[in-house]
Amino acid sequence: MDRRKSIKTIIVGTVGTLSAGALVEACNTGEEKKNDAPKVADATAPAETNRMKEEEEHYKEVVSKTFFTPGEMATITVLGDIIIPKDEHSGSASDAKVPDFIEFIVKDIPSHQIPMRGGLRWLDVQCLNRYGKAFKDCSRQQQIEMVDAIAYPKKAKPEMAQGVAFFNLMRNLVSTGFFTSQMGVKDLGYIGNAPNQWNGVPDDVLKQYGLAYTEKELKECVSFS
Amino acid sequence: MGDLQIKKQPKNYDAVIVGSGAGGGMAAYVLANAGLKVCLLEAGPMFDPKKDSNQLKNPWESPRRGAHTKFRPFGDFDGCYWGWEVDGEPYTQTGNPGTTKWEWWRARMLGGRTNHWGRISLRFGPKDFKRKSIDGLGDDWPIGYEDVKPYYDKIDQLLGVYGTNEGLYNDPDGFFLPPPKPRLHELMIKKAATGIGIPVIPSRMSILTKQINKDRGQCFYCSQCGRSCKVYADFSSSSVLVIPALKTGNIDLVTNAMAREVLTNKEGLATGISYINKEDGQEYQVNGRTVILAASACESSRLLLNSKSARFPNGLANGSGIVGKYLHDSTGADMGGIIPHLLDRKRYNEDGTGGMHVYTPWWLDNKKLDFPRGYHIEYGGGFGMPLYGFEWGIEKINGDGKIMGKAKEPGGYGASLKDDYRRLFGAHVGMAGRGEAVANINNYCEIDPNVVDKYGIPVLRFNTSHSEYEIRQAKHMKETFKEILHAMGAVVTWGGDDNEKNNYGIHAPGNIIHEAGTVRMGNDARTAPLNKWSQAHEVKNLFCVDGGPFVSQADKNITWTILALSMRTSEYLVDEMKKRNI
Repeated sequence: MDRRKSIKTIIVGTVGTLSAGALVEACNTGEEKKNDAPKVADATAPAETNRMKEEEEHYKEVVSKTFFTPGEMATITVLGDIIIPKDEHSGSASDAKVPDFIEFIVKDIPSHQIPMRGGLRWLDVQCLNRYGKAFKDCSRQQQIEMVDAIAYPKKAKPEMAQGVAFFNLMRNLVSTGFFTSQMGVKDLGYIGNAPNQWNGVPDDVLKQYGLAYTEKELKECVSFS
Repeated sequence: MGDLQIKKQPKNYDAVIVGSGAGGGMAAYVLANAGLKVCLLEAGPMFDPKKDSNQLKNPWESPRRGAHTKFRPFGDFDGCYWGWEVDGEPYTQTGNPGTTKWEWWRARMLGGRTNHWGRISLRFGPKDFKRKSIDGLGDDWPIGYEDVKPYYDKIDQLLGVYGTNEGLYNDPDGFFLPPPKPRLHELMIKKAATGIGIPVIPSRMSILTKQINKDRGQCFYCSQCGRSCKVYADFSSSSVLVIPALKTGNIDLVTNAMAREVLTNKEGLATGISYINKEDGQEYQVNGRTVILAASACESSRLLLNSKSARFPNGLANGSGIVGKYLHDSTGADMGGIIPHLLDRKRYNEDGTGGMHVYTPWWLDNKKLDFPRGYHIEYGGGFGMPLYGFEWGIEKINGDGKIMGKAKEPGGYGASLKDDYRRLFGAHVGMAGRGEAVANINNYCEIDPNVVDKYGIPVLRFNTSHSEYEIRQAKHMKETFKEILHAMGAVVTWGGDDNEKNNYGIHAPGNIIHEAGTVRMGNDARTAPLNKWSQAHEVKNLFCVDGGPFVSQADKNITWTILALSMRTSEYLVDEMKKRNI
């Protein structure tokens, strides 16, 4: 099979969910099919993530438990959408199911559990003292006022330090969850993770940065026409 | 356990090999293709990248978005089972004053850690075998570059490696496939570094930019070599050595077989291996005319030290008392930053091959420096797949006017924060120095007299520290990185604050995962367990072909040399068996 044609086959395969068999088939030259190669049963079935049995057991144990209370999840959802709101490019944190990711990751990385649980309670107690209500039950204006007090590490008041630490963790978890979701990756414009032919930096980009490949590089490196 | 018994395999193999990584895989490949009958023991399960790789999975296909676990310390999609800790298999430290904890990576799977390694495939040069003659430290190898060159030549062509012939004396030319073109940040690094006298040349990686045989595909530039390759377009011992060698019909592969000790007879020869089968929990013995250890430098020394008998009270092949000693790893220190010119970059696919397309080989003369051995520099950056930890700590970055173009209150939330992430994507750059530590008899692993693993096998206890040589080298790395980053107009965002108080951020020994030196070779049986063929001086049918035989480890990653030396030893063994010397 012609190399470029193979690549095309692979790319078509990736649009759905790629099966290992399809990929190997596409890259083998036609006559090289082996008898013992596994048959592609269903090209649309998602390829399972490879797991050791110890990992399977760990995963089952993690998802068998619930960490956050419904009230905590509601607060995480409100905070998440304040940190990553919907805009003209993409949806909000909750649109990308970031709260579910946070529920999973604190069980998978237990060192997040106390800072998250304690931080959420710290926030609620602050709001109770200020507004007589837990954070999630405050008005939008009150919520933003509270967030403004802890979202800017350099200008926050010293007595807000614990809130700043909590909000930093929230910002990082929410953003990491959002930008690793399908919606977030699309928003970022990451367009890799697909079989292709690396032919160097595009010409217009080289020009933009005043760079060029040397004669030596052009001569000795892999090129695709 | 009332009916526990030792099951003895009736078959007598030509060779029993312990471990299926680079060294063991190569030995199995050479021996099986020479027609010898081989029993290959692997402590972990079967792994075939064609079926088992997590290549081309998207971040959201992992519930933890690629975050690491103890099962996969390099991330959820990584191609290596286990790492810094293995359930039920502890290791300990002496805790002697002045020591630094050794970090021990252990892979448990067919192919071992070669399923995920960086594929950086550097030949040692002529100087690397004769360091004592140059600087008076450590020892020379009993062999030289000319002894190993024919094997480097063979493995370049058998396994495939891209790179360029640059005519550098101590970074020898080879048989290279064409390298990929540098990425944008790599062009910027090259321009900046060469401008201040630091060379930047194409990487040398065992990745197939051209097809080399019908069994292996060609690289399709997903950058995910670390997950292992479904089309076998990079070198893993599983896909390139063991799985093809199984087709000879000459290998019995036993997976989940944890070796306990090397068996010997009253003539003092090795007769086989005893192991526990992790699946049925039973004890087994397998016999061979020769025994080849390739369990990793530390595991192989552990096996020897645990193989005590009346004849070998210090452990097998250890009359010298040197087994376990001279343990060393590559040194490492890192730094990174953001290239402000690269904010708001145009998007395109720049995944490329796994790892970097360019690197810096050691370029200075140590005689003019205050540390004796060199280092090379590895580079990172660009549009990587967003994974867990993406832009973690943005509150330390997004207020900085030098980075963002305009100062603002750092941290924050909402639409402008969301935009900061987009702007910063692809603007990071990082560099990592990987250097040579001086092998030292006071850095060692030994058997902990009080601790066994869950199989009842006594475990290793480590005693390691960095000397001033390594610390001064790390200082030099940091100064160099700052110069390069400054020259390219980057703003340092991590690794820039290390100083004498934390030994310039030098990684803990073991952390770079290049363990070597514990079963070293030498002409004198009083100071080295192995001879120049990696054959035990005291037990002529016993060999070691992992990182154990290394006298010194050069400023190079060691895998290519493990492969070359294992091929050399394996061919010698075949020849000796033919001559009936073994």
